[in-house]
Amino acid sequence: MNARRTFATAGRALQQIRHDPRTVGLLLVVPSLLIGLIAWLFVDTPVFEQIGPAMLALFPFTIMFLITSIATLRERRTGTLERLLTMPIRQLEFILGYAIAFSLLALLQAAVTVSFAVWVCGLTIEGSLWLLFAIAVVDAILGTTLGLLASAFARTEFQVVQFMPALIFPQILLGGIFLPRDQLPDFLHFISDWLPLSHAIDALNAVATGSHDAAWIGVELLIIAAFIVGFIVLGAITLRRRTP
Amino acid sequence: MPDTAPAIECESLRVRRGKKLVLHGITVTVPCGQVVGLLGPSGGGKTTLMRSIVGVQRIASGSVQVLGLPSGDARLRRLVGYSTQAASIYDDLTVRQNLSYFRSVLGARAEDIDRVLQETALSDTAGQLVATLSGGQRSRVSLAVAMLSSPPLLVLDEPTVGLDPVLREDLWNLFHDLARGGSTLLVSSHVMDEATRCDRLLLMRDGDLVADLTPSELLARTGAATAEEAFLAIIRQHPKHRAGGS
Repeated sequence: MNARRTFATAGRALQQIRHDPRTVGLLLVVPSLLIGLIAWLFVDTPVFEQIGPAMLALFPFTIMFLITSIATLRERRTGTLERLLTMPIRQLEFILGYAIAFSLLALLQAAVTVSFAVWVCGLTIEGSLWLLFAIAVVDAILGTTLGLLASAFARTEFQVVQFMPALIFPQILLGGIFLPRDQLPDFLHFISDWLPLSHAIDALNAVATGSHDAAWIGVELLIIAAFIVGFIVLGAITLRRRTP
Repeated sequence: MPDTAPAIECESLRVRRGKKLVLHGITVTVPCGQVVGLLGPSGGGKTTLMRSIVGVQRIASGSVQVLGLPSGDARLRRLVGYSTQAASIYDDLTVRQNLSYFRSVLGARAEDIDRVLQETALSDTAGQLVATLSGGQRSRVSLAVAMLSSPPLLVLDEPTVGLDPVLREDLWNLFHDLARGGSTLLVSSHVMDEATRCDRLLLMRDGDLVADLTPSELLARTGAATAEEAFLAIIRQHPKHRAGGS
């Protein structure tokens, strides 16, 4: 592991994003707009209080997944990845560099989205706001690292876009938004325990309703962190220097 | 011993891409310190051979030695500069930002950025976004990246494509300057009239190496007036290519 090459990659990815202010704008504003829309949609009902926390997991996770997988696919398509793989950079350094860069964006996005949900839309949070923010950040980083892994299996833009229905939608369906997880059929409940988004949604709900203590939420955060590490390691392993 | 070894040594190199055998057992030795042209029509296997040399191509059989080391060896990653056919640089960064990123990856010195900017005549465009550059400027940025670590071997896939004659002239002069400084350059092109600019020629067609000679040998052997005609004559003489396949 070489920190210089990792941070150079992270800095370079951020420099690229900086030259594209519209993307930065969309990244920061779109999740808040969607949450505002949901709050408005369910105005004068208790629904927003019930699903609002889950939305804090859903939108940043999905958006970071898409942005990251397309950014790394682009690297593959333009030949810059092939060139880098002839250079002394290690696969893990490359993946970590991207993970760091997009995690910083995820941090900003989570700050904007959580603030908007709580202070503008009036989402009630019984537990710690800091904890809510931490979970939102970790959840967006989860989307980033899953995107890094997914793009390793995509050769075209069409494929990478279809990874969203393939990898993200099942996690949304089984995550407890449509039906509480403990009411799912046994087998689906078992599967949903193994999907990272379920744990992010559980943790956000627990903070919002104050139903669990910080230790329980900490365990959920550790589970999500384990998925993040797993996705990064798998992403580095599946990135081969020699290709057919 | 890297000091005395040839720059490139391929032995019965066979590469399969999908179901198709794209290199049919290439055996060739490229000596150090020369500008070697890899010429032939598109689809003949030039890019695949170059990818094998820089160690990103999975090979079916045979071997490739580069500077006395097996291709893809970690020690070669600073010793071989590679530029792909499409300018492999970041469109949404400036020229200098591109160079400075690749410099960090290579661990090259900060002065190297200004050196390669000067050598590729890009000093005036250093602050410009790559997306706003012309095709010729972009391919020079890609070349500049390959030159950052002053590698003893440069593998350049079609570096002169789309350049105007003046720039092309400048680039070939630069290639010979680098060779005089001890570097070896493997330069591919599908434009036959670039053959006369090279010290040595490798002619490829349909996954076979059909000739390995100097430009004057090419003309003398075929009696042709131009490199283009000479190439066609070589193809006709080559036993494997009477019906366009093996």
